[in-house]
Parts: sequence; structure tokens; C-alpha cells
Amino acid sequence: MLLIPCPCCGVEAAETEFHPGGEAHVKRAEADASDDAFMDYLFHRKNPKGVHFERWRHQYGCGKWFNLARDTVTLEVFGAYPADAPEPPAAIREAIAARAAERGSI
Amino acid sequence: MSEMKPVSALGGAAVSAGLAVGVEEVGLRGMVTLKGDLADPAFREAVEAVAGVGTPGVRKIVFEGDRALAWMAPDELLMLCPYAAAPAAVAELSARLAGVHHLALDVSDARASFRLTGAGARAVIAKGAPVDLSRGAFGPGDLRRSHLGQVAAAFWQASDDPEVFELVCFRSVAGYVFDWLVASAAADAVPAF
Repeated sequence: MLLIPCPCCGVEAAETEFHPGGEAHVKRAEADASDDAFMDYLFHRKNPKGVHFERWRHQYGCGKWFNLARDTVTLEVFGAYPADAPEPPAAIREAIAARAAERGSI
Repeated sequence: MSEMKPVSALGGAAVSAGLAVGVEEVGLRGMVTLKGDLADPAFREAVEAVAGVGTPGVRKIVFEGDRALAWMAPDELLMLCPYAAAPAAVAELSARLAGVHHLALDVSDARASFRLTGAGARAVIAKGAPVDLSRGAFGPGDLRRSHLGQVAAAFWQASDDPEVFELVCFRSVAGYVFDWLVASAAADAVPAF
């Protein structure tokens, strides 16, 4: 079971209270961008085996969207942060780096 | 055409025979959904004046008699009041909040309310919601929006008695929730909690 923290209302709840919204930080192609750039923007998504930044919505709770850093293999949750953040906050990036270093040393 | 008479979703259905915890539909209840900047003093002042209770903190409910304010989201409150008082409350809120960015809407008929009474009320809800409902973790004044079984619901401890709970869900699923609660509250199905 995945336990997800909601940064908007402060609960940490089971995955069943939330709804996934796909990859976070997807940037819209510019209006005059090429067809390939638009294809990337519209259809191409990462599908990493490892750390992934995703959008989630607290569907049965406060109803707000937020971003979540999660490992798709271990299901470890590194933290949640506001939906409008342009990139993951330093604390979350550090936690991810620390875990990677730990694994590397085994 | 005769004038339409308001009715609650289940007409006040209630069951207690054979159950560890009594389950009843509360019946008609006024509900006003409020959206706005909860940190804005002008918004809070108007809402508190009309609701008659203070603004609740995050995931809290403040009630006094049949009036209450419940925290629903970072920008949303739900006001509970007698059914007949809701339209006037909306009118007064709209007047007081003229010029302040807000939304106030009478949604009294949108939901169904239930009341669970008896030792084990917490256990009955805990069977269907992914929430820690132990007395230490969920006390008076706490409110939680989550799901019960397959549908959205919000619940809170409704009196000083820790085993009296109220729960609201959307009207369209009132029958499901009532049946779910009755099944969950069967005398031989409520574990010590």
C-alpha cells in the first residue's frame, strides 16, 4: 500500500483516497513549435524504473492537486510539494540523492 | 400544481434492532458551501457572523447546537444550519460579502447525513475508510473527508460522547451508504476498537 502525504490538508493517507494525474513538470510546447515538439508534449511521457515526479489529486479529501516524488520500484515516497512548483524542492532532491548514495554503497 | 415539499434522501430511515451501533438518516439539514480566502479577515468575519460559530482550523469542525462550520479544503468551508435557515443565510452572506471574492451556495439538498450512535461507532466507520479513528488520533472537533467503501464521505465526532458520529455523503449514494453502515454495524460484526 502506498501512503501519500497531501501538502494541502496535511493528511497522510492511503492511495485509495488519491487519484494519479501522470507525469509532473510537463511543459507545453510553444505556439510556433515543430510538430515533433508538440508530439513530445502531447504524447511522450517518462516511464522510469526508479524515482518519478508525478501529479496527484486528493480526490476524496480536500480535492487539491499536488506533486509527489516517488520511486516506482520500491514505492518509497520522498515527499509531496505544491502543484505550481517549477521543480522539486531542495529537501526532496536531497532525500533522493541520499537514498541513491545509500544504494550505491551496498 | 401543489408546491413541492422538500424531502431528505431516505426519509429519516433508522435501524437499531440487531445492530451494535444505531444508524439513522438525520433528515433535512441546511448546508451552505462557502469558498473564499479563509485567511481574509473580511471573509471570516462575515462567515462567522452568519454561521454563529468560529472558523475551524485545518480538518476541523466547530459546532454549537445545530449550527456548524466544517473545514473542507484550504479554500472551502461547509456551513451547517437548520434546513429552513439556509436560503436566508446565503442571502445574508452574499450581502455581507459584496465586493469580497467568494462563493456561497445553498446545497442543502445535495447531500445525505447519517448519525451513528453506540459503542463501536468508530469501528463501523473505520472498516470502510483509510483513517486512524482511534480516540487518541481522532477526537472531538476533528473532521475527515475520505471515502467510505466506494464513495466520498466526510465524518466527525458529533457530541462529547466519543462514540457518536455524524457522516455526510452525496445524496445519490445515500442508499448505498445506509446499507453499508447497517451491514457494517451488525451486532456480530463490530470488533472492539
